[in-house]
Amino acid sequence: MLDADFFRRWMTATAALVDREADRLTALDSPIGDADHGSNLQRGFTAVTATLEKEAPDTPGSVLTLAGRQLISTVGGASGPLYGTLLRRTGKALGDATEVSPEQLAEALRTGVDAVRTLGGAQPGDKTMIDTLVPAVDALGDSFAAARAAAKEGAEATTPMQARKGRASYLGERSIGHQDPGATSAALLVAALEEAAGE
Amino acid sequence: MRMLINVPETVVADALRGMAAAHPELTVDIENRVIVRRDAPVAGKVALVSGGGSGHEPLHGGFVGPGMLSAACPGEVFTSPVPDQMVRAAAAVDGGAGVLFVVKNYTGDVLNFDMAAELAEDEGIQVAKVLVNDDVAVTDSLYTAGRRGTGATLFVEKIAGAAADEGRPLEQVESIARRVNDRSRSFGVALGACTTPAKGSPTFDLPAGELELGIGIHGEPGRERRPMMTSGEIAEAAVDAVLPDLDPSNPVLVLVNGMGATPLLELYGFNAEVQRVLGERGVAVARTLVGNYVTSLDMAGASVTLCEIDEELLGLWDAPVRTPALRWGM
Repeated sequence: MLDADFFRRWMTATAALVDREADRLTALDSPIGDADHGSNLQRGFTAVTATLEKEAPDTPGSVLTLAGRQLISTVGGASGPLYGTLLRRTGKALGDATEVSPEQLAEALRTGVDAVRTLGGAQPGDKTMIDTLVPAVDALGDSFAAARAAAKEGAEATTPMQARKGRASYLGERSIGHQDPGATSAALLVAALEEAAGE
Repeated sequence: MRMLINVPETVVADALRGMAAAHPELTVDIENRVIVRRDAPVAGKVALVSGGGSGHEPLHGGFVGPGMLSAACPGEVFTSPVPDQMVRAAAAVDGGAGVLFVVKNYTGDVLNFDMAAELAEDEGIQVAKVLVNDDVAVTDSLYTAGRRGTGATLFVEKIAGAAADEGRPLEQVESIARRVNDRSRSFGVALGACTTPAKGSPTFDLPAGELELGIGIHGEPGRERRPMMTSGEIAEAAVDAVLPDLDPSNPVLVLVNGMGATPLLELYGFNAEVQRVLGERGVAVARTLVGNYVTSLDMAGASVTLCEIDEELLGLWDAPVRTPALRWGM
């Protein structure tokens, strides 16, 4: 079972991965975006860790809801509302249980991903974070490691795609051949699950 | 790349401190990142709030003042501001007649302003929104995020701001703003990429002797790269990209806008070519504005925005305005 502490570790591990990979995210965002994805997420997840420490939410759901609200309030751009909604809606779906099973987490994440799809209007194949999250959530039923691998594969699969959402879509065919920065950061969020579980 | 900054992390806050010092007629909340005209709220009048990523100065903060915006919310460089800023701005400027959000059509801006509109309405503030999407370089289809908002933002903010200043109700100010956007089109050209403070190197690599056609205002590359052209050839390319889509039968407002690193000497020369091409295409020009208004950090290049106007819109364009970057008649 996964308790509030696991979810705090998930957020802390995400913040650490985003820190480590910030330059790479920004570099990926350079040819097909505006070269700030790394620094924006860094600012957001740093604020998330600080607020979780300060407010000490005590259920899995409240950890994610608070983290999501913090991202919406600090990141801006499209990633703020999209990542914020993902975590907030996943948190709400978890309700006020003090512990949840990995299956319940997978189910709640599916709700969160659906909310992101509604908000951003992206479908699989549009070269966005959805291309990482959908296969990752599908694989979550097996293990965190399987989800991590599926997320990485999903992010890498965005390279040959032509962007149909977000700023990269302005480039039309010139967006082909670049891995999507949002899909890449989404893979970090999934990878952090495995790190939080200590697997 | 050398920049006149302290550290990348504080560029926006530093600029706001400087703005506060230069413009006592504005209230600049540096911590919460909201720029408000000092006499707000103006009772009984519609208030205009806009905002967007920093790096496009003087847009939007430089357009705050009587006759234009009531408040502006600057985000991080090229990053939409957050809903908290917009709600705070709306609350500060609402004079009881409602607030119009002027939103450039970028996924981030749209999402954050949508969230802000909901939150502001929860606080009892009446909110309307207008999307600016004038850039013809982006195909407006299901397969893109839609046309970008660029130079027409200035026209929308000036003309709708004048309508609000006249005391018109929210529905009217909103419909005027929408009319200005519907009748405006833009096209931009880059002669060099820009450098964001966070990255410190150019956002794309433009070899000597080449230029990018159809660029946006965030250092993203354009739709097409071509060998360098003369000012006259660029004017033809820009005007001929805009005209088929606008097909004006009335006179137009012209904005020849610098992207940040192109000198006014070049911009005026470019304007001469734009006016020549418009004349050759049979388009009458009502008013022209030349300068750096909707910029992209230190990008070199220019954009052309045309807005087909009628007598009402021209009257509102000519109405007095007093902001840091645009002022006439008062």
